Amino acid sequence: MMTSLTIEVGKVLLVLIGVLNLAAVLTWMERKQSAVMQDRIGANRASILGFRAFGLFQVLADSIKMFAKEDFVPPMGNRFLHTLAPFVSAFFALIGFAAIPFGNVIHLFGKDISLQVIDLNVGILYVFATMSLGIYGVVLAGWSSNNNYAFLGGMRGSSQMFSYEITIGTTILGVLMIFESLSLQTIVQAQGELLWGFIPKWGVVVQPIGCLLFLVAGIAETKRVPFDLPEGESEIIGYFVEYSSMKFGLFMLTDFVETILIASLVTTLFFGGWQIPYLMRDGFHFPGGFTVSLSGTSVSLLQVLSYCVKVFFFCWFLLLVRWTLPRFRYDQLMRLGWKMVFPISILNLLATSLLVLLLR
Amino acid sequence: MELAIFLILSMIGIASALNILIQRHPIYSALSLILTFLSLAGIYIQMQAEFIAVMQVVIYTGAIMVLFVFVIMLLNVKAEERVPNKLIGMRYVGIPLSLLLVTALGLNIFQSFSGQTLRVSDVSTSGLTGNTQSIGKLLYTQYTLPFEVTSILLLVGIVGAIIMAKKEL
Repeated sequence: MMTSLTIEVGKVLLVLIGVLNLAAVLTWMERKQSAVMQDRIGANRASILGFRAFGLFQVLADSIKMFAKEDFVPPMGNRFLHTLAPFVSAFFALIGFAAIPFGNVIHLFGKDISLQVIDLNVGILYVFATMSLGIYGVVLAGWSSNNNYAFLGGMRGSSQMFSYEITIGTTILGVLMIFESLSLQTIVQAQGELLWGFIPKWGVVVQPIGCLLFLVAGIAETKRVPFDLPEGESEIIGYFVEYSSMKFGLFMLTDFVETILIASLVTTLFFGGWQIPYLMRDGFHFPGGFTVSLSGTSVSLLQVLSYCVKVFFFCWFLLLVRWTLPRFRYDQLMRLGWKMVFPISILNLLATSLLVLLLR
Repeated sequence: MELAIFLILSMIGIASALNILIQRHPIYSALSLILTFLSLAGIYIQMQAEFIAVMQVVIYTGAIMVLFVFVIMLLNVKAEERVPNKLIGMRYVGIPLSLLLVTALGLNIFQSFSGQTLRVSDVSTSGLTGNTQSIGKLLYTQYTLPFEVTSILLLVGIVGAIIMAKKEL
């Protein structure tokens, strides 16, 4: 009882602290990456005793600044909801990670431990549900500020998230049909199989269009450039215009946490999760009959490492997209969502179901 | 442990359901309703009906209630004023009648389930794991007709909404 409780709490803390830290690092990464892309140096002044660490301490300096700033609530606004909104946003973004597996089932202390917080048999739907609940943070923030610009930003944000969530749902359905499970751990395990003996059966191989659409809708879901109309930090004003101090910080954190969530989901559903091609429980089995045997511990470690590397890669990729593309106009965004991405995802779903039925 | 979680969830559910009626501002009522739905979803999970729980959250909380909140916010509904109740006599008829309804319903439910615990997984068709598969199987075999009729009903709703929104097509 005691050990299992310790393991559960340990897993929760591991995932929570890992995600929060990665989100903090991403704020630094975003500044540095944009600086490199625009031929600047980027944040490099924050230092501890003259030690700068490539500006990594900027993250610490930023968070101290956030906490120390005055927390202002608009006098005509709704104080309770104004405070609640950032917490709702951050909470529902964070609990989504509970169902995402970061490693295979391992044997430790005479127990089978699945390397994920909870192995729900409706895992993917659970993540989907938490994503759809994140809308409330945006809507409430916009409304409770008693500011028409913030309110319009909240409305833009929620209708955008609504529109693209439908696409996310339909692309997920395609993956579900092929791997025949709702549990994310089972989906990842199924991606370890090989097609015709040498191609890993990753989601991106069997659902290439679905993967692309999921990525597009996922970026729209994080409300970042090129889909950043809800916030529009430079000219149109967004839903958190009346927020200051750490409440604003929570919204910013939510953005990065959602980026990580989308990166993890893309990894889990389409890029094999913790799988490494040809790596079985006892080592590598390459198609030519060539094998490298490894111990169980190192295989598990390699798999967790592979998951982390993939998630990190997609975080980097999403940041790259953010600093490459210009923003859409609102009508372009809606047209893209409802007249292009959504119909294609429906067609993809139809084609997938036909193929699954025929090849069965 | 199980009982404690159930008690906490049901208390949150009942309290937030009461709060819907007590609150004067429609936004707070809507948010209380969301809390009710979430606690119901928790109770579903305890009954091992994860699929229904998640669908409850996705459909009611994530979609329908967002629209409710949307409309309340767009219409900018203010807190209701307490108007003097003209139908004061209705209170004396209404309270006994609603108590009667609650007792009748409660007794009925209690009698049909007393002495047995109902889990959704028990109802599942044999040879299938998890209740998602069993719900899918049942929907597409035994209950195909009601399922299809419901979807036609939803389609009619969508068409109706478009006709009402766009008078000149």
